[in-house]
Amino acid sequence: MIKAVNLQKDFGSLRVLKGITTEIKQGEAVCIIGPSGSGKSTFLRCLNLLEQPTAGQIFIEGVEVTNHKLIDVNQVRVEVGMVFQRFNLFPHMTALQNITLAPMKVRGLSLEEAEERAYQLLDKVGLRDKADEYPDNLSGGQQQRIAIARALAMRPKAMLFDEPTSALDPEMIKEVLDVMKDLVNEGMTTVVVTHEMGFAREAADRVLFIDDGLIIEEGAPDQVFSHPQSDRTKSFLSKIL
Amino acid sequence: MDYTWSWDVVFSSLPVLAQGAWMTIRLTCIAVGLGILIGTFLGMGRVSSVKIIFALSSSYVHFIRGTPLLVQLFFIYYALPIVLGRHVPPFAAAIVAMSLNSAAYVAEIVRAGIQSIDRGQMEAARSLGMTYQQAMLYIIIPQTFKRIVPPLGNEFIAMLKDSSLVSTIALEELVRKGQIIYGRTYKSFEVWTAVALFFLLMTLPITALVNYTERRMKAGD
Ligand SMILES: Nc1ncnc2c1ncn2[C@@H]1O[C@H](COP(=O)(O)OP(=O)(O)O)[C@@H](O)[C@H]1O
Ligand SMILES: [Mg+2]
Repeated sequence: MIKAVNLQKDFGSLRVLKGITTEIKQGEAVCIIGPSGSGKSTFLRCLNLLEQPTAGQIFIEGVEVTNHKLIDVNQVRVEVGMVFQRFNLFPHMTALQNITLAPMKVRGLSLEEAEERAYQLLDKVGLRDKADEYPDNLSGGQQQRIAIARALAMRPKAMLFDEPTSALDPEMIKEVLDVMKDLVNEGMTTVVVTHEMGFAREAADRVLFIDDGLIIEEGAPDQVFSHPQSDRTKSFLSKIL
Repeated sequence: MDYTWSWDVVFSSLPVLAQGAWMTIRLTCIAVGLGILIGTFLGMGRVSSVKIIFALSSSYVHFIRGTPLLVQLFFIYYALPIVLGRHVPPFAAAIVAMSLNSAAYVAEIVRAGIQSIDRGQMEAARSLGMTYQQAMLYIIIPQTFKRIVPPLGNEFIAMLKDSSLVSTIALEELVRKGQIIYGRTYKSFEVWTAVALFFLLMTLPITALVNYTERRMKAGD
């Protein structure tokens, strides 16, 4: 459902993505691992066009979204939800307002429709009682769950997570991962940059190891973690396991 | 030196000075109000990625900040009528010059405010499918409000003092009233002391308010 073909991204003279080709199928859950600075975030950000690829193509459900003559960038972002490492909730709005704003302004839902949808999602992430709290009064784990609900409120076809638990205290990681596992189990197409090996083994259909802007190795979690083929994968795994 | 002190002069001219102070406040409020309105758009222009909008708003800001308010005032009061073919009333000239001037300073305050908002806010908004304009309107600008209150207060104080320049086009604000009373009484020490006190009376409460909001903001986040 999402296909990247020879994707390249330069920042000035720095080539961050050096030709990434992969396809994420409908309902598939893909984990991306790799050293810091290897281009994982950039790859994810290219997939929903927060970054403009320098070269290469991205197809979403067969439509080339890198061809601007054909598509509206905002329309693409509506279909692909994104969750950030630092949550990025809107601090001047309550949890509920964070979730209802975009469905109202972008999808054109009425306040009642948007709130009904928001409360369903708050139930899903277990935070109905926090609807009227401001982000500053929520723990990191709660904020990230609200951020997930906010993205889901747009009814995206796929969800991207960029290190969703790396800014969290250890005791809050599980509550966020549980929400993500539920999503994967419901069949949401999911791409997660994460170093949570437990999550990857349990939830992912496939693991991509990215280093220096290239996919070095990919395969089933067990395959990549237990029997890595490439020396770079081995040396990376030895550092984080 | 033969100088007869006469503080009576000050007391008997208090109503006149108060009239002048009222004019000063009116001018400043209208000018800074319009300045905030225009300056907000200019400030957004200063962070725009549309080159022409960025260039135009930047040129404006640099032009205004690089020339004295007095020259801008003279330009509008004395030079513009030549092109317009008609006289510009002093009050209108003062308001136009002061607002256009204030707008440039407000623009820089708004620009700094926008740039102080975490980049992740814009990204989160865009990732939800909002347009740049929607993200600015619903996410970025509302968050800058709180942060730009103190610098806007300082701009108000600066403009209140600079408004004394319009005495040069015979608009009867506080300084002009001082000149008039001095012309009648020649009590320079008393008159200018009184004028200074009037200014302090207006600026000190605003300074206190600015400090208070700054302290509360530090406590807040
Ligand atoms: N907006 C940007 N401008 C310039 N360089 C960037 C930008 N974003 C990322 N980079 C650079 O691209 C490289 C890859 O970054 P990133 O994709 O964030 O890596 P990762 O998420 O794997 O840690 C890094 O060297 C980073 O400094
Ligand atoms: Mg990253």
